[in-house]
Formats: sequence, C-alpha cells, structure tokens
Amino acid sequence: MNGFEDWALTLLVFLPLVGAAVVVAIPRSEEGLIKIAALGFSVATLAVAIGVIADFDFDKGGDIQMEVNKTWISVINANYHLGIDGISLPLLVLSAIIIPLCIIYSWNHFPAPHNPKAFLALMLILETGMIGTFAALDLVLFFVFFEVVLLPMFFMIGVWGGPDREYASIKFFLFTMFGSALMLISFLAVYFLSDPHTFNMLELQQSGALDISRATANLVFAGMFMGFAIKVPMFPFHTWLPDAHTQAPTQGSVILAAVLLKLGTYGFVRIAIPILPGAAHDWAPWIGLLAVIGIIYGALNCLAQTDMKRLIAFSSVAHMGFVMLGIATLTDIGINAAIFGMVAHGLITGMLFFIAGSVKERYHTLEMKRLGGLILQAPRLGWLLGFTCMASLGLPGLAGFWGEFPAILAAYSPAAGLSTEVFRSFMVVAAIGTVLAAAYLLWMLQRVGMGHIPDEWKDHRIADVQTSEWLAWVPLLVMIVVLGVVPAILMGTTDDAVQGIVKVIAAAGK
Amino acid sequence: MVPILTLAADGTDRVMLGGAYVVDDFALVFKGFFLLASYVTILMSMDYIADGDYKEAEFYFLMLISVVGMMVMSSSRELITIFVALETISIPTYLLAGWRKHDERSSEASVKYFLYGALSSAVMLYGMSFVYGLSGSTLLADISVWAGNGDIGVIGTLAILLTLVGFAFKISAVPFHFWAPDTYEGAPTPVTAFLSVSSKAGGFVGMIVLVYAAFAPDPAAWQTFMWVIAAASMTVGNVVALRQKNVVRMLAYSSIAQAGYMLVPFAVAPDGDTAVAFQATIVYILIYGIMNLGAFACVIAIARRTRSANIESFSGLFYTSPTLTVALTAFLFSLAGIPVLAGWYGKFVVFASVLDAGNTWAIVLGVVVAVNSVIAFFYYGNVCRVMWFHKPVDGDAHPIRVPAALRLGIALTMIGTLVVGAFPQLVAHVSDLAPFAPTFGG
Repeated sequence: MNGFEDWALTLLVFLPLVGAAVVVAIPRSEEGLIKIAALGFSVATLAVAIGVIADFDFDKGGDIQMEVNKTWISVINANYHLGIDGISLPLLVLSAIIIPLCIIYSWNHFPAPHNPKAFLALMLILETGMIGTFAALDLVLFFVFFEVVLLPMFFMIGVWGGPDREYASIKFFLFTMFGSALMLISFLAVYFLSDPHTFNMLELQQSGALDISRATANLVFAGMFMGFAIKVPMFPFHTWLPDAHTQAPTQGSVILAAVLLKLGTYGFVRIAIPILPGAAHDWAPWIGLLAVIGIIYGALNCLAQTDMKRLIAFSSVAHMGFVMLGIATLTDIGINAAIFGMVAHGLITGMLFFIAGSVKERYHTLEMKRLGGLILQAPRLGWLLGFTCMASLGLPGLAGFWGEFPAILAAYSPAAGLSTEVFRSFMVVAAIGTVLAAAYLLWMLQRVGMGHIPDEWKDHRIADVQTSEWLAWVPLLVMIVVLGVVPAILMGTTDDAVQGIVKVIAAAGK
Repeated sequence: MVPILTLAADGTDRVMLGGAYVVDDFALVFKGFFLLASYVTILMSMDYIADGDYKEAEFYFLMLISVVGMMVMSSSRELITIFVALETISIPTYLLAGWRKHDERSSEASVKYFLYGALSSAVMLYGMSFVYGLSGSTLLADISVWAGNGDIGVIGTLAILLTLVGFAFKISAVPFHFWAPDTYEGAPTPVTAFLSVSSKAGGFVGMIVLVYAAFAPDPAAWQTFMWVIAAASMTVGNVVALRQKNVVRMLAYSSIAQAGYMLVPFAVAPDGDTAVAFQATIVYILIYGIMNLGAFACVIAIARRTRSANIESFSGLFYTSPTLTVALTAFLFSLAGIPVLAGWYGKFVVFASVLDAGNTWAIVLGVVVAVNSVIAFFYYGNVCRVMWFHKPVDGDAHPIRVPAALRLGIALTMIGTLVVGAFPQLVAHVSDLAPFAPTFGG
C-alpha cells in the first residue's frame, strides 16, 4: 500500500477542486449532469477518505502518517507538507462525509436564486479548503487552506442566504479576516524566532526549536488565539455566528456548524498549544473562563430566541464552550473529550440545521410562535427533531454525551500547574450549563414538535421526510448512535496523539 | 499591427541584453515585467481605441516610447540617465491621459497630470543637482561612497529627500497623490491601467535603485520619510477608497494604498535583513502588476456595456456575465490579499520584512498594514457584493460580449494570478537578486 500512502492525502485535498473545475466547465443548462458530477466527485473523495481510514495504522495513532513533504516556496522554507495523525483523521473524515450529504440534500432543495452550478462548485472548493486545513503540517500551507474556506462561505451566505444576507456575509468575512491577519503575524513571528527558521509544525513542537521568553510566547499565542478564537467562535468574538447561521442557506449552516467551526478548535490543538505549551499554560485559565462564559451566555441567549435557527446557532456557542473547556484543562481526557465534542457537535448540530432547513421549507418560517405540532403533522420529521435534541443535550448513549461529560470531568483535575480551585468552579458552572442546555432544547422541541397544530397550518398538507432527506440524514443519525454506544472507536483513535501533546505540555509546565 | 509592434518590443529585450549601463538580473526581471505588462495593456487598448474615434497609430507609438523609458530605467545606475528615463516614461503618458480629447475630464486629467508632473520633475532635478554638487558624481556607486562618509549635513539630507519626492509623485504616494484620482478617472481606462501599473512600477524601479544603490549607507536621511509616506499612503488610500462610487476611482485610491504596502519594506529595510526587504518590494510590484492589470481589463470589459464604471451599474452582473464577474472578483480579492490568489504572497513578504526588522516602529507599521488590509476588504468586497448579491438593474439579461483581445488579456492575467498564488516560488525567484553592493550603515 506504499504507493497509496504517497498520494492519498494529495488526492483527498485536490479531488474536490478538480470536481469544482469540472462542474464549472459543464454548461449551465445541463443541471442533472452538474449535480451528478458534483456528487460523483464528493463521493469519490469520501471513497479515498475511507481508503485512508483502511490504511491508517490505528496502533500508531500518535505518529504522523502518510506524510508528504515537498519543497513549495523554498525562499521562506515553506513546504507542501501534509500528514495525518489520530487527531486530524476523524475531522478529515467528517469533512469528507458532510459534503456529499449536503449535495444529496441539495438535490431538490436548492435555495433561491437556484444556480446549482455555482452553488455546488463553491461547496467543492470549500471541501478542498477544509480537508487541506486538517491535513496541513506547514504553517503557511495551513494558513492558505484556512483562508481558502472563507470566500466560498462568503458567497454562499451572500448569494443564497436570507433577507439580511449582505450584512451577515460581510460581518462573517471581516471578523475572520481580522483574526487571520493576526494569526499570520504570529506564524511569521514563530518563523523568525525559531532556530533554524521553519514553518514546520512538527519541528516547532520539539522542545528547543523555539527558544523564547515566556512573555514573547504569550504575545505570539495571543495572535494565534485571536485567529482561532474568532473561528471557534468563543465569547466575546462570537457575534458573527448567529447572523451567519441564521442567514446562510441550510447547506451553508450545516457545513459551517459541522466543519468550519472546528477549524478554530483544531488550530488550538494542533498549532497553538503544542508549539507554545508554556504560553498555553498561562492562557489556560482565561480560555477556560471564556469557555464557561460562552456556555452560560450561549445557553441564556438560546432561551431568549424566537427563531429556531438562531437558537441552534447560539447552542453552537455553548457547545463549543464545552470543547474549549476540555482543551483548556490541558489534560489527556479533556483534549480527547474536546475532539470527541467537535465530531459530535458536527454531526448533531449539522443534523439540527438540516431539520431546521426542512421545517423552513415546509412552513416558510422558523418563528417558533407560529410553529407547533410537527409530530402530528409530519411525525417522522418531528421525531427526528426529538431524537437530535436528545443527542444535543447530551443524553448518555448518544454521541453528544461523550463530548460534554468527560470535558466536565477533566475540569475536576486540570493539568499540573493549573489552579484546581479555578477549574473546579468552571466545572460547576459548566454543569449548570448542561441543565440549561436541556432546558432550551426541550423548550424548542416542545414549541416546534409538540402541542396542537396552529390554526394557520391546519389546512396545509405538510410533507413528511422525503427520500433525498433520508439519504442525507441516515448516515448522520447512524453515526450519532454508533459513536454514542461505542465511543472507543473515536477515543481510541485520538488518544495516542493527544498523549503526545499532553507530554509536550507537561514538559513545558515545569 | 499591434501584436507585431509588441513582438518587436519583445525582441528588444534580447537586443538590449548587451546594451548600455548595467544589465543585471534586477534589470532583466523588470524589463520582462514591463514588456509583459505593456503587452497586456495593448491587448486591453485594441478595441477601446478602435471603437472610439481616436488616433490609433500615435497611441501605440506613445505607449511604446514610454515602455522604452521603462527599459532604460531598469538598467540605469546614474542620476542623469535615471532622470531621462523617468521623463521618457512620463511625457508620453501626459499626452495619453488626454487622448479622449472631446471629453473635458480627459483634458483635465492630462493637464493636471502634466502640471504636477512638471513640478515634481523640477523638484527632483533640484535635489539631484544638490546630490551631484555634494558628492561630485552622478554615478550611484560614487554617491553611495559619499553617503557612507558619515555626516552629510542638512543639505545632504534635503538633497536626498527632494530627489525621492519626485519619485513619490510618480508612484502617487500620499501626500503627493492629488493628481492620481482625477487623472485615473478622466484618462481612457487602458491608459489608467498603464499609469497605475507600468508607469508606477517604473517610478518604483527608480526609487529602488536610488535607495538601495546610492542612499543606503545613510538611512537616517530617508527612513522616517519612507515610514511616513508608507503609512500615510496605505491609510489615506484605503479610507478614501471606501467612499468612492466609481470603480475606476476606487481602483485609483486602492492603487495609492497598494503603493503604501510596497513602500513598507523600504521603511524597515535598514533594521532587518536588507535582502528580505529588497525582495519584498520587488515581489509585491510584480504581483500587483499582474492583478491590477487584470482588474482593469475586467472593468474595461464591463464598462463596454454599462457605459460607466459606476458601482451601481455593476449590479447583478453575476446573473448576466458570470465568467467576467468571477474574474473581477478574483482580481479584487487578490488585491485584498486572500489566498490562493497571488496577492496573498505579496502581503506575506511585506509582513515578513516587517517582522524581520522586528523593532517597535516596524511592528507599528506592521499593525498599520494589518488594519488596512481589513479596511481594504470593505471596498473590494463592496464591488463584489453589488455584482453578486444585487439584482440586475435594467433587467438586461444578455451576457456582455468581450472582444477576443480583451479576453486574452484577462485570461493571461488570471492565469498569472492563480499560478503565482499557488506557486509563489515563481516570483520568489527574485531572491537570487542580491541587493546592490552598498550595505546599510548605522
């Protein structure tokens, strides 16, 4: 399989881009052909991703595998350097799964102004950016892929979005632009401060490669923090998220929630913490604090929302708070929980946005006051909403549980050198957050799913789940259950790699 | 006739290899760049000039004269030659700016450009005469010896600054930029493209040569000046561009801001690795040239139908001419510095030069660049917003027909933008260019 390992990741990254080029080349009138081509390429990418899983050596999850390292821009020592370990693999596969599902969902759900050609091409470009970010091991390459994601999303929201789409798309863009400018400065600082100058993440992680004072490290960390925290988004940088989510078309919301937000948390785990472990130590209590504020603030905001999609968007802020809390503990269990949380949140919130999109399509509104009795009118859709809400609030046995519970547990005993008292109080607050989560999700379920059918919709026939929806949703539902019942599949994959990071932190914490 | 003329000009490249003055890698890189840029400009002009009631032959004649000036500029290493080259670049463009002679604004553009140009030439010549008087030579190598002699006095500093002011005018750096918006708007659009790319790059070449080959040993004389005009150009250019309603005028202000980015490495060069800063400016000029030409080519193509470059008239272009819209979007975002379009690498090297210098003033300038990059997105993004998110105004759903020459021009610049963006190594190759002999003193 050696030959496969050499080109698998490159293929995975660029196959969607080729797909986008093919889609663009097909004349606009051939709509069926465009859809088939887009689906074909995304499924082919998924097939490669499955090949990668098959080839991945799970016993050595801590090692970088399928590494490709070619000279790219020799002047600045930037390489075309790809590789995956146990941390990137699940997220990579998640991206490869979500895109074909979105394309299937799009089959007859194209938002106005239609134009499937441009819509699908942008989606495939997005896929290249996301997979590239998760596979990159060079800071410059990472930055490039990180930015590639921006434009397609900007246009997706701006062209196919809701009434306030212009405002939402520009806000999204400016926030992320600002963050990534600071992130780039930090990357360059790392480059010039390291000896020898390098952008190679693996070399930078080795102790001694970056011999700088704690104060400088904290400053550099601050730049990266801004870049990643805006993307996550952490409180108080989250304000772009509700707007972007509410205005984006369903597929855009799903991709945003399922994968894009993870680029930020992944950045923390992959870059900021291992490269600057000392600074991570100093920053951890603050990150933890912002994380729990995010949990409570997101939850309280959810309770105040009247729009279903906006509620789900704020629930994202709360869930990503749990992920960041897990990361902030800097422990094995916490970071494992964080990665689990990322995947689980991707699946569950992606699913919630799908359902919200379908509700919107049937009722032409997401105003919860006007909805109700979904379970009576469209029982399958209603029960799916119920199921996903349960998963989202962290019911044991479903995927959401394994992201939240261990993160809270990890806060009980954070990494050596972090104040136990502080993190234990975070733990208490986060636990209150889970109660609030149950409250707002059940409240949404009650108002949308249960009760009587409002008079407004009594005489309307509301279609139940359609074939294309089933096709897009079943894989997500299955994974939510499987990961919930056998979390070891994911935890076992990530653990080795996470332990490597924890060792780096422990070494620096002394 | 035009392609033949261009090819002839392309031929001169080889003839001039053994020509007068210095023909080093630096000169060759820029000669190649000027030829390609003028080639694309001519492609852009063909239908524009043929459609209007303009004199054709003279137009290309003047443009090529100006290109000859640029050729000389990239090779000259001596004050008088530099001056002659600069005038050879400028004088034909004064005429070209007024080529639409029945249009008042075009005449205004020409006169304004001419008056400012003449004034700045006079100032520059005045400065050069001081430099000559003090150093006793017009050869840059000798001048660098003079500048390295320690105290050059107030008059020496003044002489250097006056000389640089002339170039600051040419590259439309703030506060010497007042001619640019009016001239850019009034001049025929292909001429504007020529002014904002080739002619500006010509000015930069002169500046690079003077600063790195002659004035380098005495950075105290000009470093602050460079810092100030760099910061001012970026900020003023970007902020004013925000308020523009006309795309060409917006591009004029954006090109002022872009000049600011290119000046940044000058301001930090004495504190860091000289080679890093030197290459940063060159790389940025090359990339800027490609993407800005592309943007102008698209605007010309669009304005063929809309008859104006008013932003509102670009509404809903995505629905009628998707290809052109995607192209213009790509060029604008490249100017804004979004990967994987070429512009990101330009920004990247500028940031790299700033961090390499690493002292407080350099970092402050770096922050100015970062803030400006975000501001710039506003107006680049605004054009895209109008094109993509708005509905077409007049309900005219016919796609814009783009003439073959223009299409070729857009395609060339687009390929350049994408290829350079994905493989910056191609332009980064100028790293083989070592800065000229003199090094920076204290």
